[in-house]
Amino acid sequence: MKHVISVLVDNEAGVLTRVSGLFSGRGFNIESLSVAPTLDPKISIMVITTSGNEQVLEQIKKQLNKLINVIKVVDYVGKDCVQREMVLIKIQARDENRAEVLRIAEIFRAKVVDICPKSYTLELTGDKNKLGGFIEMLKPIGIIDFIRTGTVVMEREMQGGGVEL
Amino acid sequence: MTKIKGALALIESLRCEGVKHVFGYPGGAVLDIFDMLYDAKDIEFILVRHEQGAVHAADGYARASGNVGVCVVTSGPGATNTVTGLATAYMDSIPVVVFSGQVSTHLIGNDAFQEADIVGITRSCTKHNFLVKDVNHLPRIIKEAFYIARTGRPGPVLIDLPKDVMNAQVLFKYPEEVHLRGYSPTYKGHPGQIKRIVDTILRSKRPVIYAGGGIILSNAADELREFARTTRIPVALTLMGLGAYPAGERGFLGMLGMHGTYYANMAVHESDCLISIGARFDDRVTGKIDEFSPKAKVIHIDIDPTSISKNVKVDLPVVGDCRNVLTDMLALLENRSKDVDELRREIEPWNKEIDYWKEHMPLKYDSSDQLIKPQYVIETIDRLSPEDAIITTEVGQNQMWTAQFYKFNKPRLFLSSGGLGTMGYGFPAAIGAQIAFPERTVIDIAGDGSIQMNIQELATAVQYSLNVKVMILNNCNLGMVRQWQCLFYRKRYSHTAMNFSPDFVKLAEAYGANGFLVDKPSDVESAIKEAFKIKGPVFVDFRVDPDEHVYPMVPSGAPIKNMLLV
Ligand SMILES: Cc1ncc(C[n+]2csc(CCOP(=O)(O)OP(=O)(O)O)c2C)c(N)n1
Repeated sequence: MKHVISVLVDNEAGVLTRVSGLFSGRGFNIESLSVAPTLDPKISIMVITTSGNEQVLEQIKKQLNKLINVIKVVDYVGKDCVQREMVLIKIQARDENRAEVLRIAEIFRAKVVDICPKSYTLELTGDKNKLGGFIEMLKPIGIIDFIRTGTVVMEREMQGGGVEL
Repeated sequence: MTKIKGALALIESLRCEGVKHVFGYPGGAVLDIFDMLYDAKDIEFILVRHEQGAVHAADGYARASGNVGVCVVTSGPGATNTVTGLATAYMDSIPVVVFSGQVSTHLIGNDAFQEADIVGITRSCTKHNFLVKDVNHLPRIIKEAFYIARTGRPGPVLIDLPKDVMNAQVLFKYPEEVHLRGYSPTYKGHPGQIKRIVDTILRSKRPVIYAGGGIILSNAADELREFARTTRIPVALTLMGLGAYPAGERGFLGMLGMHGTYYANMAVHESDCLISIGARFDDRVTGKIDEFSPKAKVIHIDIDPTSISKNVKVDLPVVGDCRNVLTDMLALLENRSKDVDELRREIEPWNKEIDYWKEHMPLKYDSSDQLIKPQYVIETIDRLSPEDAIITTEVGQNQMWTAQFYKFNKPRLFLSSGGLGTMGYGFPAAIGAQIAFPERTVIDIAGDGSIQMNIQELATAVQYSLNVKVMILNNCNLGMVRQWQCLFYRKRYSHTAMNFSPDFVKLAEAYGANGFLVDKPSDVESAIKEAFKIKGPVFVDFRVDPDEHVYPMVPSGAPIKNMLLV
């Protein structure tokens, strides 16, 4: 099962390797990872997506907690939360498909962030499924370049769910 | 307040931590520290002959005394030589602090002379490690390092010290407290959970205690004995736990696991309530996991949450310090004396069954008046050694026979590399233990293979006139590996014959120590007596029966009830 875990860590050199080294050293897999400082510049947050059965996940969380530089670990499984990742796609823009690209972008509410004579670059944020769908639609047109971030996650404020816009 | 050099701030910090002994080896990157050590008359520095020896010695010092063991080594090769020692201490949760030299900060990452990324290299074999980039952080980091090493589940910590940081000036003030946001070990067990445990134990018919090194680390041996005496529940120990419960006590089952006693393994297999305290369900203990203690409700008391349900599914976990939790359990039992009486009655048949196993399937070996049996050597050492003698071992058959045949009655008398199984551990560890307790006799029970892994430390033992007795069970083979080849590889003895070894007697003499060779069973006793009588290091080369095996033995991956017996 897929899990999204956030890890609050001391913002210090070497902490990222401690965390990723823990995963590789114990044979756990990291599917995606995003890291950035928080409002408190002494603390960073890492969001890790990983998978495994209940026992594996339990170990991952305990082992993370055991690291001296780890302040807090939150597993979002079963929690009502907003998840986002971002993708940048550079797509071939030929006369016959320019309109098609823009239409798909509009449907997904993607932004055009760069235009060149032969390409568009599109930006889209959303959850995994939305990004997946977007990429599938663009594939037949001809993707030149493609990059995707790891997931970021935030718990909803209201218990029982808010409205995702 | 005036500023002092980083290297002096290091020495002052060691004083604040109450450090009396430092093991180590000099080099370019740590010259400033050594220059300060020159004047530090209150800190005794022990110059070893190899940095691996320094860490094992600090580790032996820590295991024997309960204090943190400390090392100083140079950068690059000095630092990399500590890795095996750190990994050994890490696996057995031993508090050690290693200070390694490092090239100056502006050279880090440039493949400078004698540079190694030791923080990167030791990340996975230390509890935590630090690179000090600013001398102003030095006192705080040292404070944190000692705190991390000795609290919670203890472990080794490494501090990497660039040369320019040791040279820089700092206003020295040692912090009184540590603030580590991400680190707060749980010492008190959850009261509700402890109550549930006590209820479960009181309802059991075939309970067994399975205790490990955690008892020794948390100084809980008295509480364990009290608990076992009160309830009359029998006690099996892990290798790391030996000494945590007196070997002479009625309910003592000895060691369990791969080379455990028949009765310990059977008791665990037949148990309906397994009370694990400060032990981590190591695969050498459990054998085949699915068939480990299959009928038991499993209780697990451990300070480290990651140990719980890692290998074996635990029914009732308690995270906390063993000593605190046992104290809480004893308090609950005190109020339930009627239930305790009832429990004692209920489990009497179980204890009788165990007594029967103990009587009919004891540890045994065939004695001989032609060939020296290694087990006999150990029994004789046990009989002749002072009560407070400290025993270290190497790894292999020598280690297992010691665990089986030496009767440890107190904690911190048996020092052995359990988790990592490091050949070459015992001799330097014995040196460390001897530094901690100069008045006591320290004995390293060794194999002819293992002793050659850190034999250079004989020079250290001679230089500091250490009363370390090395009892070599010389079977001219890498005995334990040969045993596996015999049993599981159709006697294809691939490269386990030690066809050439030095003459250990002459070697001891070359180093300025004493040595003698014993090749008749009738001389064993007098040789051991003689070794104890001589002051200073002694090597005794016992030529033992090379075909002797360690039994019982559980083939790896088999359930622990499937023991090969003699
Ligand atoms: C550093 C290291 N290398 C290899 C091993 C694997 N090993 C385990 S026991 C053993 C044989 C030990 O032989 P010896 O020291 O002569 O002791 P004996 O078993 O004969 O008592 C070996 C090679 C080890 N434990 N440690």
